[in-house]
Amino acid sequence: MIIAERKPLEEIRGMISGCKRILVVGCGTCVTICWAGGEKEVGILSSQLRLVRLASSREGKKLSIVEAVVERQCEKEMVIEELRDKMQDVEAILSMACGIGVQTVADVFEEKPVFPALNTTFMGMPEGEGVWTEKCGACGDCMLYWTGGICPVVRCAKGLLNGPCGGTRKGGKCEIDSEKDCAWVLIYRRLEKQGRLDLMRKYYEPKNYRAVKRPGKIEALEA
Amino acid sequence: MTRPFRETLRTKDFIVTAEAGPVKGINTQKMIEHIELLKDKVDGLNVTDNQSAVMRYPSVGACLLIKEHSGEPILQVTCRDRNRLAIQADLLFAYSRGIKNVLCLTGDSIDVGDHKEAKPVFDLDSVQLIHVVRSLNSGKDMVGNELDGGVDYCIGASATPSADPIEPQLIKFEKKLDAGVDFIQTQAVYDLDEFKRFMERARKIDEKVKILAGIVPVVGAKMARYMNENVPGISVPQYIIDELAQAPKGTGVSKGIEIATKMIRQIREEKICDGVHIMFIGREEKVPEILEAAGI
Repeated sequence: MIIAERKPLEEIRGMISGCKRILVVGCGTCVTICWAGGEKEVGILSSQLRLVRLASSREGKKLSIVEAVVERQCEKEMVIEELRDKMQDVEAILSMACGIGVQTVADVFEEKPVFPALNTTFMGMPEGEGVWTEKCGACGDCMLYWTGGICPVVRCAKGLLNGPCGGTRKGGKCEIDSEKDCAWVLIYRRLEKQGRLDLMRKYYEPKNYRAVKRPGKIEALEA
Repeated sequence: MTRPFRETLRTKDFIVTAEAGPVKGINTQKMIEHIELLKDKVDGLNVTDNQSAVMRYPSVGACLLIKEHSGEPILQVTCRDRNRLAIQADLLFAYSRGIKNVLCLTGDSIDVGDHKEAKPVFDLDSVQLIHVVRSLNSGKDMVGNELDGGVDYCIGASATPSADPIEPQLIKFEKKLDAGVDFIQTQAVYDLDEFKRFMERARKIDEKVKILAGIVPVVGAKMARYMNENVPGISVPQYIIDELAQAPKGTGVSKGIEIATKMIRQIREEKICDGVHIMFIGREEKVPEILEAAGI
């Protein structure tokens, strides 16, 4: 899933400054699960924005907010279905989805400015209560079968393909963060457990950065 | 010190290299003084490549200064700041100007440096970089295109004897040797028993490769603690920190030199490895003192 974090209130406030009526739209999928842009977060942000607007002597205008949640903001049909009747007098849309959702909404409602209320951070998974960790970098050339199902491309801070750097800390922690595990120590331990350490001894060629031609596009019907 | 480093590796019993850290700026005078001071006392002078991810005068520039002053430079190349095209181009340039030794490194993380918002490159890793240099040495670029005039680098790599756990590091070490290196300069060594254990295992992997133990003198307990926290790959054991802490005020530098000297002597007398690589960052002028005290 896609993980995101909400932008600071000040930054969001700056984006919508001057607007009298906005739509705040959340997304019911990934960002709901990572507590960044679901129904609850739409409600909280909307209240905060109304309050700061009320408290602002300079702007002095009341802010009218339409709240909505699209189940998957990255799907045009769902965006149209959910939002088409809510756009009346809306001057701008504040999207609480990942960058994909923001762009989908922007494509659908081309005449309206669409602002991102979140920073999309990575692709990952819930690791525990309120903790999400990065797992995949969408490199287009998956090597997880060599590395015991642990991705060195994103879980090693340097994306090294042939083993740990010399900066690994005591106990197998990462050079840049003593709280984070060195991905290569994790890979070593898992492959050892599986009796497949020979895979770690294998030489991995420099990565093919053209595995996905950027910007990426897949046309399944043509294939 | 005009002898090619490759020949030194072949013929000399105890090899000594030192590190010269480039200036942040263009006032190269102090660097030149260090080069003049060290060039005849050591077999090779390493120049760091934006060491600790701090932007500085380039490694290749300082290596040229060493050449100009009749020293034997060892160009350090990290994978952090340049992609595969830039690295190969720089290697061609350096060799064309008489720089014939290269140390292939991953590079410290951007996060420890002074440009923390920079994009880390790491297009290659250190093992791949060794393969790339080997390819250039064979007269072809890394994708197989013929070079109009090839290179013949003497290739080095690093190892981390104090790593915990050591096994993943040893696997990487083996991959570096398989890729083809002429010498190893290790990260800082402090615990000689631990280093001996590393050497035993390293020798099982390769009997012949020249291994130089990294010597980083620490000149105070506070510095040691700081280095443990902030300098990647450094792990000063508690007993050395205690020894430094007990040294009378103002004697930290001489105590640090004394500890380093003792280690070098022991490494040499017991033939633990093939030499030492002294990294006295910011105090390069003290290196001759260490060498003299160690009887080199």
